[in-house]
Amino acid sequence: MIKRDLVIVGGGPAGMAAAVSAYENGVKDILLVERDQYLGGILNQCVHTGFGINYFKEILTGPEYADRFIEKVKNIPEIEVSLKSIVVSLMPDKIITFLKPGRLETIKAKAIIMATGCREKTREMVHIQGTRPAGIFSAGLAQKLINIEGLLPGKEIIVVGSGDIGLIMARRFTLEGAKVKAIIEIQKETRGLLRNMVQCVEDFNIPVYFNHKISRIYGKDRVEKVSVCKVDDNFNEISGSLFEIKCDTILMSVGLIPENELIEMAGVRIDGNKTSVPGIFMCGNCLKIYDLVDWVTQDSFLAGKLAATTIELLLKPGSHSNTMGAGLQ
Amino acid sequence: MKTHDVAIIGAGVIGTSIARELSRYKLDIALIEKEEELAFGVSKSNSGIIHPGTQNPPGSMKGCLCVQGNALIRKISKELGVDFKEVGELIVAFNEDDIKELLRLKKEAELLGVPGLRIVDKDWLEKNEPNLNSVAVCGLYAPTAGIISPYRLVYDLAENAVRNGVEIFTKAKVINISRADKYFEINTSLDLFKSRYLVNAAGLFADEISGMLGINDFKIKPRKGEEFILDKKKADLARHLIFPLPSKVSKGVLIIKTADGNPMIGPTAEDIEDKEDFSTSDSGLNKVLMSARRLIPSINDKDIIAYFAGLRPVAGDDFIIRHEEKCPGFINVAGIQSPGLTASPAIAVLVANILKKNELALKKKLIFHAHRKKTMHLFEIPLTKTQALIKKDHAYGDIVCRCEMVSAKEIRDAVRRGAKTMDGVKFRTRAQAGRCHGSFCTTRIIKILAEETQTPLTGITKRGRGSEIVRGGRGLIND
Ligand SMILES: Cc1cc2nc3c(=O)[nH]c(=O)nc-3n(C[C@H](O)[C@H](O)[C@H](O)COP(=O)(O)OP(=O)(O)OC[C@H]3O[C@@H](n4cnc5c(N)ncnc54)[C@H](O)[C@@H]3O)c2cc1C
Ligand SMILES: Cc1cc2nc3c(=O)[nH]c(=O)nc-3n(C[C@H](O)[C@H](O)[C@H](O)COP(=O)(O)OP(=O)(O)OC[C@H]3O[C@@H](n4cnc5c(N)ncnc54)[C@H](O)[C@@H]3O)c2cc1C
Repeated sequence: MIKRDLVIVGGGPAGMAAAVSAYENGVKDILLVERDQYLGGILNQCVHTGFGINYFKEILTGPEYADRFIEKVKNIPEIEVSLKSIVVSLMPDKIITFLKPGRLETIKAKAIIMATGCREKTREMVHIQGTRPAGIFSAGLAQKLINIEGLLPGKEIIVVGSGDIGLIMARRFTLEGAKVKAIIEIQKETRGLLRNMVQCVEDFNIPVYFNHKISRIYGKDRVEKVSVCKVDDNFNEISGSLFEIKCDTILMSVGLIPENELIEMAGVRIDGNKTSVPGIFMCGNCLKIYDLVDWVTQDSFLAGKLAATTIELLLKPGSHSNTMGAGLQ
Repeated sequence: MKTHDVAIIGAGVIGTSIARELSRYKLDIALIEKEEELAFGVSKSNSGIIHPGTQNPPGSMKGCLCVQGNALIRKISKELGVDFKEVGELIVAFNEDDIKELLRLKKEAELLGVPGLRIVDKDWLEKNEPNLNSVAVCGLYAPTAGIISPYRLVYDLAENAVRNGVEIFTKAKVINISRADKYFEINTSLDLFKSRYLVNAAGLFADEISGMLGINDFKIKPRKGEEFILDKKKADLARHLIFPLPSKVSKGVLIIKTADGNPMIGPTAEDIEDKEDFSTSDSGLNKVLMSARRLIPSINDKDIIAYFAGLRPVAGDDFIIRHEEKCPGFINVAGIQSPGLTASPAIAVLVANILKKNELALKKKLIFHAHRKKTMHLFEIPLTKTQALIKKDHAYGDIVCRCEMVSAKEIRDAVRRGAKTMDGVKFRTRAQAGRCHGSFCTTRIIKILAEETQTPLTGITKRGRGSEIVRGGRGLIND
């Protein structure tokens, strides 16, 4: 079995910052494992601006922000990057397995940092009933289809939920010439950033329905319409408030969930900002959901530093893998 | 125009089982299906249970065929390399009255020939089904109950049937049928077919097909069942299939284990009119949750990752499987409600016998290829074996669907074996069937489908024309 000092899972902004910081704090043998074909994580599909205002004191797009870290990582030979490599197993004794085209690798690490990001909640998780036609996308998938693949998912759009991705995608679709018919938000106010409400919605006169929910999806092969109703404080339908909106596409932007299946499989518990296993750390969106990448970078630097301390302790002759509680902050 | 000996209408589990059974003999067989792919009808949306035969009236055709089918499916699943797991079922009693009912069920099932039945007590339940409601007093245990992937069964039956000479035609909707001379002329949206014998296995539309030949003495009434699938993380929720006592119209809401590892709860049973209404509802969800929690109180609706509705093709209380004397050579296989999946291999044998009785010569082929090479699924094998596989073909290491761990190799193979749509890929490989619902893998799958089928990306559909995934390229909006 191959041995490494530090393995980092996920090459988004969190994983990259952790790698750079671990190196700067003395770790000289780092493997950064990323399942996609490039580093950068979710930033690659965020072609809008609004990244880096705090960290770089500049207004950058997502890919620009990512590129600055990709450059750094590339210039540090002690950080080996393995792309198209998906980690499929993590064990509490810090043994990690990943698959890549042509290879399966098992590695025993002194420390591991999980930086696997998050995924979007689906229509099924919020239990919207009706039919199951084509045309229902998570906002992030729609973003990937438009910005990376150059494909347009649909022409008459309903956005469910007013998370940031939903707001940004409402603007994106409008710029592509599609009609965003409504944003439907069950809460009293948006969960997104104020600046996105202004720049993505108000500036484009997109109707937002607060205290409303989708009660049903219609359409046999492709989405045809939704029915929408007003809700009371318990999110129950207020009778008589039902109306329909025609559309061919529904974007779900109803929240993000940390991608923690590997951690769970390993039986590692997350307790606030710590994990139950010394030497296993977490950072970025898989630990908690961040609005701004700048804070991801900042916190991930700390994770890299903590991992470096653990490894240093282990390397010191006579010391045990010990006390060093896992986690950050 | 070629004349087939037998034409079969409908490529669900019933039609494909019949086609595969008949492919043992020297016959020209056409299997005719209206959808883009096979198993897109009732056979894709059911509970996937191979029932032991309990809960059927003694003497009923469906009861007898269910017990026979349960025995036959074991051999077939081995031959075809479809995973069948014998997990056993429990019907649970909560009070004295229930126990009486349980004993009655046991007796009835024994009359049908269901093997191995026994009553298990509270201790047994506590030990063997730890999450079960502790109020349960005893249960009827049927060890021969099992689970199978219903769509993979259809695809593998079909593949094997084709290997043995069956011709399959999709996107061929039967529009009218006439009897000329000694032949049926079957007019479809694809082509005109001619056959000596005709088998109607059209599921929900079997009454309409039968009506085309003037036989109108039954109507198919859809009975909707909504089902809710839970995250694989909850695979250990139940060790057996768990049933309440059955009602008049259905077996009730069950705790189901599926071949793919996700537990499932459902189905509801609601008589409806519209044969194309596959919608789920809030009331369905509430009902299923309430009933399922009576069996396992800890079920959490947050674990639901997918849901669907299926329609049982109901024509009275029993199956209708018969040669129509008024229309010689025409065989109706209609009203195949539950347990139709289980009964399918037995129905196929029965139909072969009916054909024989009506003077179709069944001469065995010199060589019948009974076996099919099992399809590889990474998620089914341990990581230690994955290594060798990746060595053999690098693309096994190229993971497309992260939730279910499906590789590019498996997806390409599925398309080469006949998947034409996103749903076709999903049913064959499980890609998109996990907790993220395709958010991660959709883009890569549409690319692989486009490449392999030489279709533009904009032509890739969820399940056939009209269900295109994207509506154009960027900048092409003003068409
Ligand atoms: C649509 C959208 C708009 C946003 N807008 C802004 C904005 O305007 N300004 C701003 O500051 N912030 C914004 N953010 C927030 C910011 O981009 C994120 O918080 C940040 O990218 C999170 O970084 P991360 O590294 O934790 O996760 P990710 O960027 O998601 O990276 C996780 C990486 O881990 C990899 N990975 C996961 N599992 C495995 C595995 N098993 N094996 C190998 N690799 C794996 C993934 O492929 C991915 O590359 C936005 C986010 C989104 C989604
Ligand atoms: C909710 C639910 C749960 C169930 N659970 C179980 C279970 O656990 N165990 C079990 O044993 N059974 C179960 N069943 C029953 C089982 O699913 C059915 O009995 C079985 O799938 C019926 O198969 P079929 O081939 O007759 O129908 P289908 O699969 O519907 O096949 C008929 C085919 O005919 C095609 N067709 C129709 N009209 C035309 C036309 N004009 N031209 C060409 N083609 C046409 C259709 O497109 C379709 O593909 C369940 C059913 C439901 C609804």
